[in-house]
Amino acid sequence: MSSLIPAEFFVRVDHQRCRRCKRCVMNCGFGALSFQDRVVADHKKCVACHRCATFCPEGAITIEKNPLAYKESGHWLPEYRKNIMKQAETGGMLLTGMGNDRPYFSYFDHMVLDACQVTNPSIDPLREPMELRTYLGSKPSALEFEEAPDGVRLKTQLAPQVKLDTPMVFGAMSYGSISLNAHRALARAAKEMGILMNTGEGGLHKDLYPFSDRIIVQVASGRFGVNQEYLNHGAVVEIKIGQGAKPGIGGHLPGEKVSQEVSETRMIPLGTDALSPAPHHDIYSIEDLAQLIYALKEATNWTRPVSVKIAAVHNVAAIASGIARAGADIIYIDGFRGGTGAAPTIIRDHVGIPIEMALAAVDDRLRKEGIRNRVSLICAGGIRHAGDMAKAIALGADAVAIGTAALIAMGCHVCQKCHTGNCSWGIATQRPELVRRLDPELAAEHLCNLIRAWSLELKEILGALGVNAVESLRGSRERLRGVGLSRVDLDILGIKPAGR
Amino acid sequence: MQQEFERIPSGCAISGIMSTKGRRMNGEAIIRSIALMHERSNGLGGGFAAYGIYPDFKDHYAFHMIYHSEQSKMDAEAFLEENFIIDRSEPIPTRVTPGITDPPILWRYFLQIKPKRLIVFGRVDSPRAFVVNAVMTINNSIPGAFVASSGQNMGAFKGVGFPEDIGRFYRLDEYEAYIWTSHGRFPTNTPGWWGGAHPFCLLDWSVVHNGEISSYGINKRYLEMFGYCCELQTDTEVVAYLFDLLHRQQKVPLRLVCQALAPPFWKDIDMMDEAQRQMYTAIRQVYGPGMLNGPFSFVVASSRYMIGLNDRIKLRPMTCAVKDDLVFMASEESAIREISPDLDRVWTAKAGEPIIAELEEGAAV
Repeated sequence: MSSLIPAEFFVRVDHQRCRRCKRCVMNCGFGALSFQDRVVADHKKCVACHRCATFCPEGAITIEKNPLAYKESGHWLPEYRKNIMKQAETGGMLLTGMGNDRPYFSYFDHMVLDACQVTNPSIDPLREPMELRTYLGSKPSALEFEEAPDGVRLKTQLAPQVKLDTPMVFGAMSYGSISLNAHRALARAAKEMGILMNTGEGGLHKDLYPFSDRIIVQVASGRFGVNQEYLNHGAVVEIKIGQGAKPGIGGHLPGEKVSQEVSETRMIPLGTDALSPAPHHDIYSIEDLAQLIYALKEATNWTRPVSVKIAAVHNVAAIASGIARAGADIIYIDGFRGGTGAAPTIIRDHVGIPIEMALAAVDDRLRKEGIRNRVSLICAGGIRHAGDMAKAIALGADAVAIGTAALIAMGCHVCQKCHTGNCSWGIATQRPELVRRLDPELAAEHLCNLIRAWSLELKEILGALGVNAVESLRGSRERLRGVGLSRVDLDILGIKPAGR
Repeated sequence: MQQEFERIPSGCAISGIMSTKGRRMNGEAIIRSIALMHERSNGLGGGFAAYGIYPDFKDHYAFHMIYHSEQSKMDAEAFLEENFIIDRSEPIPTRVTPGITDPPILWRYFLQIKPKRLIVFGRVDSPRAFVVNAVMTINNSIPGAFVASSGQNMGAFKGVGFPEDIGRFYRLDEYEAYIWTSHGRFPTNTPGWWGGAHPFCLLDWSVVHNGEISSYGINKRYLEMFGYCCELQTDTEVVAYLFDLLHRQQKVPLRLVCQALAPPFWKDIDMMDEAQRQMYTAIRQVYGPGMLNGPFSFVVASSRYMIGLNDRIKLRPMTCAVKDDLVFMASEESAIREISPDLDRVWTAKAGEPIIAELEEGAAV
């Protein structure tokens, strides 16, 4: 029985302008367009990825929202009805891609930054040094020095530190969920910009070994692609406990995306679903996590910081404190807006808490316990621009991770169909004819541009704040004010309302 | 303590004199020096720190107190009696001075720690930590009571008014010290609070500061992690606490403390030789949250040192000079020439470069 679900979008082809070159037909990854004497659209298949419209040489295609797919209701919104219809037809759990798209309240949008006027001068980043360099890794609370014949010397040996030229890393996106060309672009850009990319849980393709000093290699519950060689091809080893888009459940890679090379890299059979277990079956409590942390430190000869990635959930502060005490060097907190290659819609949209609150609570808790220096905090989950980044840093993040923004820089149009493996942009797909579309060099250039642009903007913000190093903004909540937030919200965020 | 205003930005004048031989001078010169920079203050705050002024009580902790009421005095005294042997308790001598109105109750105590209390405190080895704790407790939990200074053989004299008037009010001509620092304040808001004037003191650290610390937010949170409470109305206190944390507690050499607070730029660190690069990289990695950012020049003193420091890009003025055993540091050269027209050497302090004057070995103070 064919589906009775109405089309979400209409593909409008202006046949006056169309030259019938069929480029759109070839470009659609979802099979929504065909050529029958002229271009014909199967509207129901369109996901509004805009590949056809972008590449139509005549500008003859527009995608429109189906204006009355569902009769208006303030409660029974179209997406709920669509989902019910889908489930009624299939009886399945619905999958989706990318981050939570529900209109939850954004705390970032209700915080504003400070600037200098008169009593302290702002600093001009065009004419004065402005420092963004950041080191990830555990810091001691004090340094010891000793007298040497040629002066004072450092006595303390620091734990391994990884340098970032700007306080950003790419979010964890696995090979499998995204294409090898996308991974290549991320690795190149990370190297070029002095930041890090993150393998996600899909292992590391051997082609990327030359970039290993700029890579976070992840160890997740499925242990895909994990071996001694892999661990030692990263600058940081990360234990993935959770992900903002799907806290409490494991990774999903639909079998459609497990190609020959993905299967080799992940060390799994070709074409099988790669569903990693919900928990790590060797981590049932915090002491088990500590064991894995030290096992990984041993495996890498104590030369790499070990990061633990968790999803932002209700009790995140206590969890983070435990992780810091368990010996992690970095904690990567992923908020409920964090992206995914595939996740059950119901989990993505309803589980987890906003990163702003989680970050504020974690930073506070670690300070109260006097152990903030022991870990670096990476925060992720919906960082959209340099303003979000600056606010996150002011709340206490050492660096932010950008996933969705990086994908958009590579061409992603946020159609949220990553899980289908049909990405027309060659990013979230393994179909060779689609992967080929993504030029890793061009995509890397766009990523570099994005990182450069955000870095420039961050410098501009720092200059306006009258400081010339990012560490003077880090955790400096005095430079944030809340607009339209409740007293409790302000209290959790540790900021004052505007006007105070 | 008043807490309606959390932080009052201000511009300022500072001046400091030290005899590296420990020779003691009365307060006339420092008053003349700071008075010359009258234009840099607006009558809403002035103060002095003096070292070597209590030779008869040099091993006692001299607590200079500011009280807003008899009640706060009684509360603070109850606390002091519980923890200290009070060997002397007296009003700080003042004289009626035009321009100084509504002074609070100004009192000083010469204290020794009760040995038993030190044991209860649990850190027998650390009487200084005990005193820091006592200062924090009074400032934060006794309403209307404020510890202006708490060091040995030193004291802070400060209040609301022009600094030269404050100096005469406190009869500084009658004290002799081998280090004098002073401050004239131009706050952009007026709490009219005597405790808010400079210098800021903790133990024998004193800070006079011209500028605004734009990194105050994180400096404060960093210090809170180590038990310091920054609840006063100015960002200057963080400087005193950072010196206390890094030098007294963590034993970081003074020059490196200064370089942690105003560190070299990465581009300069990258060009250093391996050992230096490692050291300064580690300093920035570990002490980054303590780095002072924004425009400042300050003079920090302790019983053995007078230290001048500018921010990393020199957004506030500071001139230094030497004449025989005297070292001068001031916002303007004129403030030094005013009291010592002939100088052996005079120079402008470079951005981020600490100027450290140290008491000579064997100087009797």
